[in-house]
Amino acid sequence: MRGSSNANSAGIWPYIFVLPTFLVMGLITFYPIFFNVWMSFTNFQLANIRLENPPEFIGLANYIGILNNDIAVVKIADFSFWKHLFFNIWWAVSSVFTTLIAGILIAIVLNVEGLWFKKVYRVMFILPMVIPNLVVNTVWRNMFDPTSGAINLALMAIGSVFGLPREMFEINWLGSIEHPIGLLFPWQPMPVTYYAMLISNFWRGWPWVTVIATGALQSIPKELYEAASIDGATGPQKLWSITLPLLRPAMVPAAILSYNWTFNLLDIAYFLTGGQPFHETELLVSILFRLVNEQRLYGVAASFAVIVFIVSTIMFLLTNRITRATESYDS
Amino acid sequence: MNKLKLKNQLSAQLLLVIITITVMFPIVYILGLSINPDGRRPSELVIFPAKPTLANYAQVLDRPTANPVSFSQLLSNSLMLSTGSAAMSLLIGVFAAYAFSRFKFVGRSFLMSAVLGLTLLPSVAGLLPLFILLNRIRTNAAMVGVAMLVLAILAIVVFGMFLLSRIRNREAGGWTFVFGLGGLLIGALLLYGGIINFAKGAEEEFILRNSLYGVGITMISGGLPFTIWYLKGYLDTIPKELEEAARIDGASFNQTFFLVVLPLAVPVLAIRFFLSFMGDWTEFYISWQFLTDPKDYTLAMTLWNIVGQYAANISWNIFAAYSVVVALPIAVVYAIFQKQIVGGLTLGGVKG
Repeated sequence: MRGSSNANSAGIWPYIFVLPTFLVMGLITFYPIFFNVWMSFTNFQLANIRLENPPEFIGLANYIGILNNDIAVVKIADFSFWKHLFFNIWWAVSSVFTTLIAGILIAIVLNVEGLWFKKVYRVMFILPMVIPNLVVNTVWRNMFDPTSGAINLALMAIGSVFGLPREMFEINWLGSIEHPIGLLFPWQPMPVTYYAMLISNFWRGWPWVTVIATGALQSIPKELYEAASIDGATGPQKLWSITLPLLRPAMVPAAILSYNWTFNLLDIAYFLTGGQPFHETELLVSILFRLVNEQRLYGVAASFAVIVFIVSTIMFLLTNRITRATESYDS
Repeated sequence: MNKLKLKNQLSAQLLLVIITITVMFPIVYILGLSINPDGRRPSELVIFPAKPTLANYAQVLDRPTANPVSFSQLLSNSLMLSTGSAAMSLLIGVFAAYAFSRFKFVGRSFLMSAVLGLTLLPSVAGLLPLFILLNRIRTNAAMVGVAMLVLAILAIVVFGMFLLSRIRNREAGGWTFVFGLGGLLIGALLLYGGIINFAKGAEEEFILRNSLYGVGITMISGGLPFTIWYLKGYLDTIPKELEEAARIDGASFNQTFFLVVLPLAVPVLAIRFFLSFMGDWTEFYISWQFLTDPKDYTLAMTLWNIVGQYAANISWNIFAAYSVVVALPIAVVYAIFQKQIVGGLTLGGVKG
């Protein structure tokens, strides 16, 4: 109702405010996107970069090639769209769950009344999230080095206390072709590198969850706990029936946000794993960047970009639906 | 909730100490490595080197890689890119955000869903078409200089007139000055760049794709939708009654925006600026794909040159010192404004 009264009196102003932005966006965002869609129907390659040498129109051939895992089209060894998609989804789901559970539990421990050094811990625990992703991933790549990396050296040092041989801990974190826990997905077991990704993302991810959960915890009225204590509730009962339900409204959007971030976390697939072994830990976005930067198959890459956009949108709509479903819970 | 039992206290402390060790381990390790004089790959875990040295930092700040480019050049490239594109997307985006938040106009819902849809586009998906298109824009340095001079004069005239008219009408609040002087500063930078490019003359070829401007345009293209959506989310929370009151007092739309809304939005503009800055400071993929001349390289690209597949002969202590240098400015600012930034992030996320 307020909007409409504005519409009557505002006249030309809204358009004047919107115009500069959409002139710029039209030029550098919308036009390139249409151009990208056009490119996706052509066999655009390095040779076609010059205007005099236009590419050929090949219809849906790029899309069909990608969705049929056709290596003649994509030219990345071991390329398999559906395997990459499955890995990508499972990667995002598993890393969100691990960080979410740990982050909430640590927030609850840090929120216990009378705990010593609370402030010291809170300050230290935000450190992982203030370091740029690029640096985090290059540092973890260095630490996962099989012979001189800090992880293996630390494991060796700890192992020697128990008399375990050094050779036991020469783990090839980023290059091993082994799949340690085969039971999880028998048709597509996860390589060692996947666990390295999970560890590094866990290190970086849970402090963020803890910060958000701490904010939510501090807004839960203390009277609720006091009333529950008077009624004779035990600690675990209070956790289940007060803390966790009241955390939910804050944590569900945080989980959704973190899922959509992690799903397209190019940095981890490019800087940490490089897709090894055999492109098994590749994410959709890292394949896309390789198609542009290494293969220079611009037409195929344009189709892949369209597919990545569609997948991201589906993920967003699905996760948004989950948020809506849980929103009705507290109203 | 009385005093914590000693047994529980101690077990909680034990747990938290173990967590602290895992949190601090990579940070302490890399700091220790960065002051380690021994560049060979370690065979034993060394946390605190016996003879700490700052020589690695000295080398990094002199010339971090074999490329013929100094650290100060890399720093200035990264700074120009990240401040420039963060400032430009704020400057362009805030008007659209205000219009979306306050006005009803033809095409509003369509444009808004277009902007929201664009935030779902992974930034790496947007770089390919701009790589091809910007590659076609070729001219010479002198022409670039002329174009920049024209833009500089335009910016100086527009922002100068804006400031003058505000001062003459006695409406100039503090933030009007920040806005106006910020615009004038951009004008001055353009003027400076224009003169430098013009001086290079007509012989030097200029390809927009292969320049920091091309990278900046692509960054702005990716960043604008986020900026608009984020600012709209905040502007929605400013009560409309404030503007109505100003309108009753006879203020125009223009005036309510600059005198009422913009001053209230300054903190959130600052946070958004920092968020964009943070992303652009470590932006890698666009610059890696676009730039070929080492003197245009950024700090992030150089980090990959130090650690990536072309880096077999760069010692680890140099890498450690370099990554500390890249991370430090972001980490310090983030740590200071952590509360506001995280609050803002979730605000944007929930609204989206």
